[in-house]
Amino acid sequence: MALTLSQIEARVDAAGRHPGRAFVRRHPLLVIGGALLALMALIAFLAPWVAPYSPIEMSVLKRLKPPSSTNFFGTDAMGRDVFSRVLWGGRVSLGVGMSVALLATIVGVMMGMVAGFSRTADAVIMRVMDGMMAIPGILLAVAMMALMRASIQTVVIAIAVPEIPRVVRLVRSLVLVIREQPYVQAAEAIGTRFHWILLRHVLPNALTPLIVQGTFICASAVLFEAYLSFLGAGTPPEIPSWGNMMAEGRAVVQLAFNIILFPGIFLGLTVLSINLLGDGLRDMLDPKIARRL
Amino acid sequence: MLYVVKRILAVIPVLGVVAVVVFLLLHLSPGDPAALIAGDTASSDDVERVRQLLGLDRPLYEQFVSWLWRLLQGDMGVSVFTGLPVTRMIGQRIEPTLWLTFLTISFAVVFAVPMGIIAAWRAGTWIDRALMALAVLSFSLPVFLIGYLFIFGFSIKLAWLPVQGFRSLSEGFIPFIQHLILPAVSGGLVYMALIARMTRATMLEVLGEDYIRTARARGVGSRRLLLRHALKNAAVPIVTTIGLGIALLLGGVIVTESVFAIPGIGRLTVESVLRHDYPVIQGIVLVVAAVYVFINLAIDLLYTVLDPRIRY
Repeated sequence: MALTLSQIEARVDAAGRHPGRAFVRRHPLLVIGGALLALMALIAFLAPWVAPYSPIEMSVLKRLKPPSSTNFFGTDAMGRDVFSRVLWGGRVSLGVGMSVALLATIVGVMMGMVAGFSRTADAVIMRVMDGMMAIPGILLAVAMMALMRASIQTVVIAIAVPEIPRVVRLVRSLVLVIREQPYVQAAEAIGTRFHWILLRHVLPNALTPLIVQGTFICASAVLFEAYLSFLGAGTPPEIPSWGNMMAEGRAVVQLAFNIILFPGIFLGLTVLSINLLGDGLRDMLDPKIARRL
Repeated sequence: MLYVVKRILAVIPVLGVVAVVVFLLLHLSPGDPAALIAGDTASSDDVERVRQLLGLDRPLYEQFVSWLWRLLQGDMGVSVFTGLPVTRMIGQRIEPTLWLTFLTISFAVVFAVPMGIIAAWRAGTWIDRALMALAVLSFSLPVFLIGYLFIFGFSIKLAWLPVQGFRSLSEGFIPFIQHLILPAVSGGLVYMALIARMTRATMLEVLGEDYIRTARARGVGSRRLLLRHALKNAAVPIVTTIGLGIALLLGGVIVTESVFAIPGIGRLTVESVLRHDYPVIQGIVLVVAAVYVFINLAIDLLYTVLDPRIRY
């Protein structure tokens, strides 16, 4: 984008006097996504203190009540307060999302680096990744859940495994470029140890795309956790998660739509905020790709 | 020609890896797979019966070889729960899934490509922003929220469409399409968003090329410029995205089928997971992966048609 001199002057001026405001104007997606996500995280974190009722306490007398001033989002088929459960559900979603992003990235980085530096390992690892990418993520996760006892940990593993190939591919392609750079070759020439090259030279240069991709993995993991729970193959039903709430609301969808609607809205907003944050981060950190998309 | 043969042969290792992954999952899982499949209430006799049925008592390589040998002959084993052959169980449930997948792809492509073209053509304007906002939104909203909003609006409140279920095409086109339109739209939105974003990105790139400016200077009309000059050159990445995105779509179909109670492969998957019926899940994963691999093979071979510069 070509700027006139006066526009550049205005921008420098604005950045000098109101650096915060200038940042918002330059990266609106990042700010909106970040703010929304921070709000969701705050709600989830404060759930034990903010929630008006216990998320698991049942009450026969208060079954299927519509939203009111005492139960903001109504109550479900077991008389539990939907609002409190939605707040608690955020903890599961965000916890699973971040754990999956971390796990998939760590495993993917290790495998991708090995593939990028060793020709033999590369052939094997990449063939396995090609095969894994031919299986739709949800299907692979569901298949894994069929073989494990349902718990938060197994859900994290089942969602993280199908995400690994994407990270491996990214890291491998980055390593292939970075290892040809003069500074890496110089480090090799002076006898720097291999693992030190990886840690000191390759990893920092791969960090930006990894952060962006980690954000997108987090968004899709939040969605996948809800899908798995909704299908009955995810988080154990006694834990209030958004997917579980929607699965339970299915039976009474004609009577009480609020049971499905509210967790769905929070789920959608959370995924949206993480996706916006990812788009914004990509625009800010990686202008080359940003111009294309 | 050599490339075509090579490309077709490249399918074999991918499917081989899928088979190994699916086979090993059962053995890498923590705990005794026979006990897990037999269920919590099973007696030790039941567990032994499952162990023998699945051949889990034999050495691993022997299990794999005989499993693969039978697989190559089209035998996917029998369901632990119903005792029926897995191929037959999948065959009984595949029709709704095929129709749903076909309609979902059609819906998504028909809307996404024009969306992407218009957004790229009017890049930076409010039309572009609105279309891309719609894309990000459809990418973030969970399939079941969209599905239930549709059910609530169109089926319950307005009562225009049936709430759930499936009608075969042989029962007439009208009921068939009435039952599939909402699932196809709600499942297709994510896929539509993906294709629209990719179309916009590639079209933007192509529209910046010199030959586009030359064509415009020569007085080529907008429509012809966009469709004949730009879209044709942007086709390969767009079609690639359509092919790769099918994995996303097939995953979505599993969820959509549950929301709309469509008795297809997705429902069968969920039922099998709840019954710990691993042979059926194994079969479904293999079939779906094979479908995905062959669609992408077809697309790769299609490149020659789309772009004559690519010669094999």
